[in-house]
Amino acid sequence: MSRKLVIDPVTRIEGHGKVTVHLDDQNRVTDAKLHVVEFRGFEKFVQGHPYWEAPMFLQRICGICFVSHHLCGAKALDDMIGAGYSSGVQMLPTPEKIRRLGHYGQQLQSHTTAYFYLIVPEMLFGMDAPPEKRNVLGLVEANPELVKRVVALRKWGQEVIKAVLGKRMHGIESIPGGVNQNLSKAARDRLLNGEDGLLSIDQVIDYAVEGVELFHDFHKKHRDEVDRFAKVPALNMSLVDDEGNVDYYHGKIRIVDVNKDTVAEFDYHDYLDYFAEATEEWSYMKFPYLKELGREEGSVRVGPLGRVNVTKSYSDDTPLAKAALEKFHDYTDGKANDMTLHTNWARAIEILHSAELIKNLLNDPDLQGEQLVITPADSAWTGEGVGVVEAPRGTLLHHYRANRDGAITFANLVVATTQNNTVMNRTVRAVAEEYLDGKAEITEGMMNAIEVGIRAYDPCLSCATHAMGQMPLVVSVFDSNGALVDEQVR
Amino acid sequence: MSIRITIDGHEVIAQHGDRLVDVAADNGVYIPTLCYQRGKPCLGTCRACSVRVNGNVMAACTVPVSDGMEVEVNEPEVADMRKALVELLFAEGNHNCPSCEKSGRCELQAVGYEVGMMVSRFPYRFPVRERETAPEKLWLERDRCIFCQRCVEFVRDKETGRKIFSIDHRGTHASIEVDVALANKMPDEQVREAAELCPVGCIIEKGLGYNDPIGRRKFEIKSIRERALKRKHK
Repeated sequence: MSRKLVIDPVTRIEGHGKVTVHLDDQNRVTDAKLHVVEFRGFEKFVQGHPYWEAPMFLQRICGICFVSHHLCGAKALDDMIGAGYSSGVQMLPTPEKIRRLGHYGQQLQSHTTAYFYLIVPEMLFGMDAPPEKRNVLGLVEANPELVKRVVALRKWGQEVIKAVLGKRMHGIESIPGGVNQNLSKAARDRLLNGEDGLLSIDQVIDYAVEGVELFHDFHKKHRDEVDRFAKVPALNMSLVDDEGNVDYYHGKIRIVDVNKDTVAEFDYHDYLDYFAEATEEWSYMKFPYLKELGREEGSVRVGPLGRVNVTKSYSDDTPLAKAALEKFHDYTDGKANDMTLHTNWARAIEILHSAELIKNLLNDPDLQGEQLVITPADSAWTGEGVGVVEAPRGTLLHHYRANRDGAITFANLVVATTQNNTVMNRTVRAVAEEYLDGKAEITEGMMNAIEVGIRAYDPCLSCATHAMGQMPLVVSVFDSNGALVDEQVR
Repeated sequence: MSIRITIDGHEVIAQHGDRLVDVAADNGVYIPTLCYQRGKPCLGTCRACSVRVNGNVMAACTVPVSDGMEVEVNEPEVADMRKALVELLFAEGNHNCPSCEKSGRCELQAVGYEVGMMVSRFPYRFPVRERETAPEKLWLERDRCIFCQRCVEFVRDKETGRKIFSIDHRGTHASIEVDVALANKMPDEQVREAAELCPVGCIIEKGLGYNDPIGRRKFEIKSIRERALKRKHK
């Protein structure tokens, strides 16, 4: 008797998705899918709004990576008014560095949330641990000192965001052509030296180093399982600078294969020449792919694993992260790493990288500069803009058009989780085949393995499909006639 | 002529004929306003300053004080009535404070905080209102209009004195309108003044917004209550 297993919703991710796994009479996996089942539609209802409100409006898509959406929108507006990269205008040093500071602060706090709050519980307790244990509260019980450090680390990232954008969430920083304030020396010193219980930047870096070591310890104990788990081939994509190193704020898009040979490299303003999107009736999340290679071969992986696969190195002024990255690269002998759980290794490295980048910026006097905005002539107006940044979850793109009155007429958002859609579905399939295939009994731990695979991508389905809502997890087992055989609710 | 009135049981000396809302402010009693601006003719459109005068609910901006008047401002029932009026203003439009550029500078938002509004008890109407984007320098975000009529009465063509803004239709079909030809004659400074005059984010300058960082916006520097009470307290 064939069966369909359902995980609805997938937990400890942002947004609302479910997984279905189909088994045949011999309990062999015949199909496995990640469905995104809700829809929000920001692209539609931003239409008609004043163009200068778009970065404030659209950052509300997400409560986690709002700075990325804000910056993507800001870069698109820079283009639109003729003060952006599409017009060959280089942003002034102070606003660019202010934007970068907020961006790195968000990456630090977002990765910290994903890594320590959502992912580490399984690393420490195992995928088979009881659900009531494998969560952040279980961590509090097992290792309160670690949790204290994690909370302080995340708080520090939030304080960086607050210093730049005025609020910990959904603040205001970027305006067309620049930013609305610099960073005061007092705010800088607070972040550098720590006060009122806030960490200093050196403590932040120490904690980030411990985060990388935490993965190494876990990896040492469970090397075979970690390396075997959902080894999924895909192209890797990231923004890179002229040296071929990742640049989280700006650069050209580079896509590499498993040998790290460049498959495509282009100015992100030309993304429509390179990417197409497929749709499926079973999911609201689209499936982008490289036109030239087609959907199967041309789907890309973005996010921490994609970035560390693409980047050649890090700059010398982030020495700890650079060393950690070299160790990562050495592990696969210079080939791209397609081991899904190594995404968490990459994420830990990027927490450290962000911390070192922030330290460098905080010591840069340009942050106290007074020239904050480029105001081009009205004749420079282009009416169209594309912004791309490396959001915590991967390459994020906003594309707007506005009419001459200033009303948005078109918006297209291609978010990181959408880019990862095909790869996440491959991961679900791979884990299902590894853990469920041919098993007479399906345990809760086996089902959780699928969620572990999804969580490695830290997907934000709210961003990707503009879904909202949250429900308890329901695992249902149906027979081949669709009749409910068993159901567990948590 | 000096007279005596009571506000919430406290005796106050005022000049006969002074506006109640001003007398209250001068004596340290804040009454929220949205259409009224001290020193300008009263409009009486928003009713956000409703208080009880000798047992009757009246808009404080429209009431000249007279001897023996008994005024209740912070009595719970009338205070809740003001709150309800503010909630209705939110429910009748499409106010998106989180992304609105007027946030932190918006009088409706500030008054909402002052009256303790957390959510509207009334169902939102979600009216469909077209934006007016034709003027060269300004934009009417009609979703946010509360029909206070400040712009209608106080923004005039510098040359002819003609009104630049008007309200068309009535009731739920009412719509703020702008004479595009006159609007295009407005000097930059007048456009800025019109945007500043608008108590919400309806009249906005094209291409500008969010220039004031969070923490340095108008009502974050000094609250709307402090601004209303800035004159000497007796």
